[in-house]
Amino acid sequence: MRLHTTGIGLGFSGPIVARVATAPVPIDQRKDTALLLSFLGSAQDLHGYSAIVVRDKVDAPLGIPTMHSVQHIDHLASGHIIALEPLNGFIRTVYRPESKHNTLFATERCNSNCLMCSQPPIDKDDIAALTERNLKLIDLISPDPEYLCITGGEPTLLGDNLLAILSKLRDKMPSTYVHILTNGRRFAWPDFSHKFAEINHPNLSVGVPLYADYPSLHDYVVQARSAFDQTVLGLHQLARYGIQIEIRVVLHALTIPRLIHLAEYICRNLTFVDHVAFMGMEHIGHAPRNMSELWIDPVDYQPNLETAITILTRFGIETRIYNLQLCVLKPSLWKYSKQAISDWKNAYRPVCSDCEVQGRCGGFFQWATERQSRGVHPIKLN
Amino acid sequence: MPRPFAPQSAFVGSSDYQLLPFRFHRLDQQTEILVNECGEFLFVPEGTARKIIQKEFPANSELYPTLKAKHFIYDESSSPLLDVLAAKYRTKFGFIYGSTKLHIFVVTLRCDHSCHYCQVSRQTLNQGQFDMSRDVATAAVDMMLQCPSKHITLEFQGGEPLLAFDTIKYIVSIAKDGAARLGKELDIVITSNLAFLTDDILNYCKAHEIKLSTSLDGPEFIHNSNRPRPGGDSYKVTIEGINRARRALGSSRVAALMTTTQLSLQHPIEIIDEYVRQSFHTIFLRPISPYGFALRSQHKTGYETDAFFEFYKAGLDHILELNRRGYNLVEIYTQILLRKILTPEGTGYVDLQSPSGAGLNVLVYNYDGSAYATDEARMLAEMKDYTFKLGRVLTNSRADIFTSPAFVALLQQGCNQSLPGCSDCAFQSYCGADPVYHHATQGDMTGHRPTSGFCRRNMKVMEHLFSLLRSGDSFIQDVFWGWVTDRNLAEMRASIPQ
Ligand code: SF4
Ligand code: SF4
Repeated sequence: MRLHTTGIGLGFSGPIVARVATAPVPIDQRKDTALLLSFLGSAQDLHGYSAIVVRDKVDAPLGIPTMHSVQHIDHLASGHIIALEPLNGFIRTVYRPESKHNTLFATERCNSNCLMCSQPPIDKDDIAALTERNLKLIDLISPDPEYLCITGGEPTLLGDNLLAILSKLRDKMPSTYVHILTNGRRFAWPDFSHKFAEINHPNLSVGVPLYADYPSLHDYVVQARSAFDQTVLGLHQLARYGIQIEIRVVLHALTIPRLIHLAEYICRNLTFVDHVAFMGMEHIGHAPRNMSELWIDPVDYQPNLETAITILTRFGIETRIYNLQLCVLKPSLWKYSKQAISDWKNAYRPVCSDCEVQGRCGGFFQWATERQSRGVHPIKLN
Repeated sequence: MPRPFAPQSAFVGSSDYQLLPFRFHRLDQQTEILVNECGEFLFVPEGTARKIIQKEFPANSELYPTLKAKHFIYDESSSPLLDVLAAKYRTKFGFIYGSTKLHIFVVTLRCDHSCHYCQVSRQTLNQGQFDMSRDVATAAVDMMLQCPSKHITLEFQGGEPLLAFDTIKYIVSIAKDGAARLGKELDIVITSNLAFLTDDILNYCKAHEIKLSTSLDGPEFIHNSNRPRPGGDSYKVTIEGINRARRALGSSRVAALMTTTQLSLQHPIEIIDEYVRQSFHTIFLRPISPYGFALRSQHKTGYETDAFFEFYKAGLDHILELNRRGYNLVEIYTQILLRKILTPEGTGYVDLQSPSGAGLNVLVYNYDGSAYATDEARMLAEMKDYTFKLGRVLTNSRADIFTSPAFVALLQQGCNQSLPGCSDCAFQSYCGADPVYHHATQGDMTGHRPTSGFCRRNMKVMEHLFSLLRSGDSFIQDVFWGWVTDRNLAEMRASIPQ
């Protein structure tokens, strides 16, 4: 799946966010619309579009922001929302109405740096620009999606900008369920969590990772001192305001030894969480670099996972598993397995063609780097 | 450029730890249990408590993180999280907030039964002499509504309260008006032997969402022996009453409680099977009441406690077996203790509260206008012991009642955190103080734990529950957690890995 391409910017200097039209539209619908063309026809009426995206080369300015010599246009469809960046020529697809899991990308920055981060943070000041893009994007989204995820980087680093984005979502699409993926640390500061809660978004939850039941191990995994304390205090702050919380636990060789303890810790100290998600590790980003420390074959941690889930579900906390193929999961855990919220999943391997549960199995990520469990095998029912 | 990664050692603090408050108890030769101030527990090898105290656990030892995560010790990296511990402590003692929640109105002492264990009932038909007057009722409702709690339970007792049904109707009407005015939720229960149930009464209960609670002591021979009435047909009358009440109000609004007597102690299985036969899904194996035996020797009390424990243990075994066979039956005493053991919550059950729930969580308004700390306290008064009389609703204010010498004495001696014996008992955070019991049986609210029937019983029951929890029997865990979280076995099995 392609989510970005490049071209050459002409006639504009700041980023533009616009809705794609693959065919000309009436003049009154051209505002905030980028017309997509293979080549410029002679008598083309371009008046009123906010940008033109052309596969061919364009030599002279058209009097309208233009992205030309674009490498790929076939992945773009009417209704997609794109961001055009004239300086580097990027054309990013930032919203696809047909997708169930669109995201608002908040920032590439993060105050943690997890050993297995699938999208390693980059330290650059992108917050103002991305916030502007996201606010514009929210204006253009139509119809309201069922679900929208705010991710990064670390969205809480946006501070007041995050609050502005949430207020806008609350006002424009109150019934859209918004899930924020955050390390939760910033919520330890009562004034921030207070302001966050005051937004009073009616359909909001936060997903917060927790990797151990005690500070030093969690801090090591996320590569930040005091992160555990801040996250746990932050979770308590969020709970005070009744905000829905999902705890996310990535399963790897450093988290497995304390997994059962972590489940017990949640049942004693974080009793308010709405659910716990156990996630198979993605083999991309930082993970391949740290594989010697992180790798454990999922078939080898099934007993730990089963015990942890038993503890949580006996206590009454809803539990889910993501990113693990059914054939490596103990059958007793199949009922917790959910298809991941990502367009990058659902790839299958040759062995899967003989498998009778492929329809219920989330399959693999599309990353070529994925190391395969020795447990992968086609399942025959009875 | 990606940031470089720091090694694990960069995140480990000093292993110079301090102790958080915790207590311990040897369960058997190999095992001791550690329990912290919030009731979180850990099974550890015998000798571990000593090693912890002597600081023999380095940060890289296997147990260190667990001791830290479960709040038995803290070190330099823990300090921000002590707030979390404080939050848990608050949760555990949440029952104190809002003051008294259960208000018992003794509307009459008249009764047709003459039960062996009851100290209070009067056979007289002379209405008035043992009935609550309108003035007393009005003042008692006022006092009830002054309690800050948003959620109030109003329970009618006797004697047989249905003999004074007009008084009940009067109290319900003014209590409901007052509660509505003050925005309080009101739960109403009538505790009755159901002998005088009429269609009018049932219609009234239905219209006002009133629950009925009755006494069922077991099968016919036990029930009738415990609960004599003219005609000797208490069992038959009770069962008929239960069935009529269920038809009119629905099963969830009709409960039964049993009182344990010397006779009951011999028949745990028969009693439980009777509850199953009558389609009840809860049973409360209640401790034998000491109030009829206040003058018994300590030796005898010890004997009775052991006999009760055998009764309880056999009963719990049988209940687990019934659950295994597919019949959902909850034992309430176990459920209350397990909630305290397995979750951060406290309990609303007065006998297992510390500070003692006497007065703080329950108040009894007697027919004659006197207010007592608990139902047992008023029974003592009927035996001419007025120690726990807190005042009179007609002449005393709520402030008078809560600052009365009796109430202050109850509070002073009702915190097991500071009682001799309890103050270093591992089970302290699951147990209560019960100053009324200790006064009645030992002549002293503080009491003497080595000879206390209350202590001996709770200690044995908790040791038993911990040994069951430790056994690793997953069926028992499923049943117990189901009791704690109000899920039946089928629901539990649908939610856990199977
Ligand atoms: S063989 Fe393929 S489709 Fe079948 S369970 Fe394994 S990963 Fe899923
Ligand atoms: S009564 Fe006995 S079991 Fe209960 S806390 Fe006191 S010493 Fe412990």
